[in-house]
Amino acid sequence: MTVQAPVHEDAHQAHHGHSNGHEAGHGSLKSYLTGFVLSIILTAIPFWLVMGEVFDSKVVTVSLIMVLGAVQIVVHMIYFLHMNTRSEGGWTIMALIFTLVIVFIALSGSLWVMHHLNANMMPMSPDMMKNMP
Amino acid sequence: MSQTTFDTSEQPQFFLEEDHHVESSTNLGFWLYLMSDCLIFAVLFATYAVVGRNYAAGPSPADLFELPLVAVNTAMLLLSSITYGFAMLQMERNAKAETLFWLGITGVFGAIFIGLELYEFINLIHEGAGPTRSAFLSAFFTLVGTHGLHVTFGIIWLITLMVQVSMHGLVEANRRRLMCLSMFWHFLDVVWIGVFSFVYLIGVVG
Repeated sequence: MTVQAPVHEDAHQAHHGHSNGHEAGHGSLKSYLTGFVLSIILTAIPFWLVMGEVFDSKVVTVSLIMVLGAVQIVVHMIYFLHMNTRSEGGWTIMALIFTLVIVFIALSGSLWVMHHLNANMMPMSPDMMKNMP
Repeated sequence: MSQTTFDTSEQPQFFLEEDHHVESSTNLGFWLYLMSDCLIFAVLFATYAVVGRNYAAGPSPADLFELPLVAVNTAMLLLSSITYGFAMLQMERNAKAETLFWLGITGVFGAIFIGLELYEFINLIHEGAGPTRSAFLSAFFTLVGTHGLHVTFGIIWLITLMVQVSMHGLVEANRRRLMCLSMFWHFLDVVWIGVFSFVYLIGVVG
């Protein structure tokens, strides 16, 4: 037993050191550069779409901007924030999913309710708005 | 008899592994703070989504926003994200001087970002498009201003940590703090993706 105890300490220390580097995750130069290059591409495309007026259809442009933005957020999460399903025993991803659900409810709920309120409002001309208090 | 002593010597290993998660709870705690911060931004985004088209016969995004300036701003924040990543890699290598160097570069990029944003805000207010002009501009200044305040406090935190690291070196406490600021800094970059996509680009498209 007396011989075994320090061995356990060492094993624990080694395990601890390893998982700190692995789970908390600082990433490698390669992962940072991959994320950076992907981000540049995913940022450049929407700016080019708008500044170059590539598509005539607003709906196409807006949807593309939204999709590319969402993809870039995922890229940042993986390559810069080092998100994965294992870190902190899965609690970070649980917290993230919970937050996303709340964000979705807040955004879609606000838009839905306020859209219906707007639709039931008396129409106003810009002139009337100008004289609003 | 020898069998039972073998069993008991196996057990402590199990409990030690359990303990490990309690020790490094800072990262999870800070992550939870970031998630609550995410909710603040979500509410501000929702506000902007609701009132963002109420111009009160005033200027619209297409009249006001200068996309080249926004593109430069976005580049500054993205560059500061990658340089902070380099700082973390140098910290892993225990290279104090290099860590401080990359942290300094990150701070400079962050400061340029704040400078350009203030320049934009001052220009807008000068043109008569201040936060009091319309619901759209109130929501715009609140959302973008809150993000700018976060970056400002991030820079103050960064300078504080640079002083700490130069005084005490890359000790365990400083590593933990740098890790937290790293998450904070990258998180702000994630929020900015939402800002430039949703507010600036889609605003200009109309």
